Amino acid sequence: MKEVMMGDVAVARGVKLARVEVIAAYPITPQTIIVEELSEICGRGELKARFIKVESEHSALACCMGASMAGARTFTASASQGLLLMHEMLHWSAGARTPIVMANVNRAIAPPWNLWSDQTDSLSQRDTSWIQLYCENNQEVIDTVIQAYRIAETVYLPVMVVLDAFILSHTSEVVDVPEQEDVDRYLPPFKAALTLDTNDPRAFGSISGPMEYQKLKMARHEDMMGAVEVARRADDEFGEVFGRKYGIAEPYRCEDAELILLTSGALGGTAKIAVDALRESGAAVGALRVRLFRPFPADEIAEAIGDAPKVAVIDRNLSVGAGGIFAQELKAALYDRERRPAVFGFTGGYGGGDFTPEVVEKIARRALEMGKPDSPTLWEAIP
Amino acid sequence: MKRARMENELVSKGHVACPGCGAALAMRYVLNVLGPKTIIVLPACCWSVITNRHPECCLEVPVFHTAFETAACVASGVRAALEVKGDNSTNVLAWAGDGGTFDIGLQALSGAAERNDDIIYVCYDNEAYMNTGVQRSSATPWGAWTTTTPATHFKGQEKKNIMEIMAAHRIPYAATASISMPEDLMAKVERARDTRGTRFLHIFCPCPTGWRSSPDLTIELARAAVESRAFPLYEIFDGAKRRLSLDPAPPAPVADYIRPQGRFRHLDSEQIEAIQKRVDEEWLSLLRLIENNPA
Ligand SMILES: Cc1ncc(C[n+]2csc(CCOP(=O)(O)OP(=O)(O)O)c2C)c(N)n1
Ligand SMILES: [Mg+2]
Repeated sequence: MKEVMMGDVAVARGVKLARVEVIAAYPITPQTIIVEELSEICGRGELKARFIKVESEHSALACCMGASMAGARTFTASASQGLLLMHEMLHWSAGARTPIVMANVNRAIAPPWNLWSDQTDSLSQRDTSWIQLYCENNQEVIDTVIQAYRIAETVYLPVMVVLDAFILSHTSEVVDVPEQEDVDRYLPPFKAALTLDTNDPRAFGSISGPMEYQKLKMARHEDMMGAVEVARRADDEFGEVFGRKYGIAEPYRCEDAELILLTSGALGGTAKIAVDALRESGAAVGALRVRLFRPFPADEIAEAIGDAPKVAVIDRNLSVGAGGIFAQELKAALYDRERRPAVFGFTGGYGGGDFTPEVVEKIARRALEMGKPDSPTLWEAIP
Repeated sequence: MKRARMENELVSKGHVACPGCGAALAMRYVLNVLGPKTIIVLPACCWSVITNRHPECCLEVPVFHTAFETAACVASGVRAALEVKGDNSTNVLAWAGDGGTFDIGLQALSGAAERNDDIIYVCYDNEAYMNTGVQRSSATPWGAWTTTTPATHFKGQEKKNIMEIMAAHRIPYAATASISMPEDLMAKVERARDTRGTRFLHIFCPCPTGWRSSPDLTIELARAAVESRAFPLYEIFDGAKRRLSLDPAPPAPVADYIRPQGRFRHLDSEQIEAIQKRVDEEWLSLLRLIENNPA
């Protein structure tokens, strides 16, 4: 059924449809609507979950980890400072192979205080062994929450569903809400392979020597690499049940492109509008939206770029001292390949700057005019 | 008094605690009462090493090793999952040291206690960060040497009163216990087991390595702490009613407890007298609390 809802509400509705059993979360703008909505949903008994109102984000994730270890499907949500506070437990929950799903609403990191979109919070968690999926609109948000459980419970790694502050979290859009029975068909109940079971007592995480430690970490790496295929399959099968899918990287009018705009999150939608206008004016520009960030789907991205001589990455994030994070990832992914386009690393729009289609067009024209990037990091200042 | 009987020996011989470790005994006694239907959440502390190295484990119940400050909240999560699965009988035991309880884990513990989550939380108190090599914690007593409070600059603050902090959360049950009195200790574990909500046990566990004491004195030191009233044994019900478990009258001099420990060697008799005075005052204020609201 179609309903109008904000991105945060879409997250909560996805959690309900996924029949989550234990929720632990702590409020932070612009994620608060998620916890409020889930409190209502649980309060009304529409979702029979235990919602633990913890005293911090660090405890929220630790709590989910304990619940997951004891066999429950779990959920948490955060943003910005909250996600950063979780950092230790991000590593721990992934190392413990707990298939937790979290929604992170991308928000700028202080100081100074700023509530608007900036992907640096989630992207600076890229080495924590969490799978990350970036959403373009609220329909994709609700669908991705459901897909995330399929992926997490197949790979036994936690999944972060990422949406932009306000641009998605607080913006109302029409969402086709999946039917519960279809979701039940797509997502069977969680049956953990190993749990804290007094009939089969085991110790998890005991002190280990170098070989065991390396073996476990490499196994995690290989499973993470395998998650590319798992995520693709989860999306394909979602398409079969619900009639819509997204891909793990989504190319748009990339045929014969001279320039491809690589984006993620809500900016992906804006880039499509800009590409239409650019094509209209005769410029051969395409767009490519990265949906799966960890693991980075290098093959899909290289294939979508094809023979295009230029890629302009638009990063709504900045790794200070290194540049835009998607630009770094792209360059690393292309280095060993035959076809290596010039990569223009644009950065900007964090902390509230509005990436309108006009701004994206301007970036495209800057890239088209430049022979090669005159600096590895090009700031597009947006008021 | 009932004689202590070991019915559930769930700590096997392969543990790797130091000789004379009080915390190893405490685990034996607690698991003896809780039995095999117990899940342990173990944050960083000596006990995360004592279990032994993978693939060995001396605990014959499920164990989840977790981050230093997360014992209480991970236990809350385990309990929540068991509840949604319809299991209300398994004991969920958070087992942390004084550092993981008085210091870094206090926030998570306070959260769980305020929510009255249905967990048993044991703090085994050896009065310092022993796993990392004897650094001071807020459970370290005044006057003690540790590697971060050298004898030339020994700890100048009193030990934090964790029991009253827990009482302020109005949890249904909190008790102190000593490994020198296993019958009393196990009776308290039984009471904790048979109560619902957050239950807190503060168990006094001498550490020969960190206290610079002889390993064969562990139980004697634990007893001396109780008999000198340096570590009183009592219970708090619903954060209000209090009951003394034992009144060592007349008390032994605190010096009997202090003198055999290397960590207090630098103290002169005036300083030990100051400790005696403090112990007497603390005892009186505890008695007043008990008189005001006896269980
Ligand atoms: C976040 C974090 N900080 C510091 C440490 C290092 N560390 C491990 S155990 C420990 C001390 C534990 O002290 P306590 O809780 O009293 O237990 P004990 O070792 O005395 O048994 C410390 C500081 C850690 N593991 N994690
Ligand atoms: Mg200690």
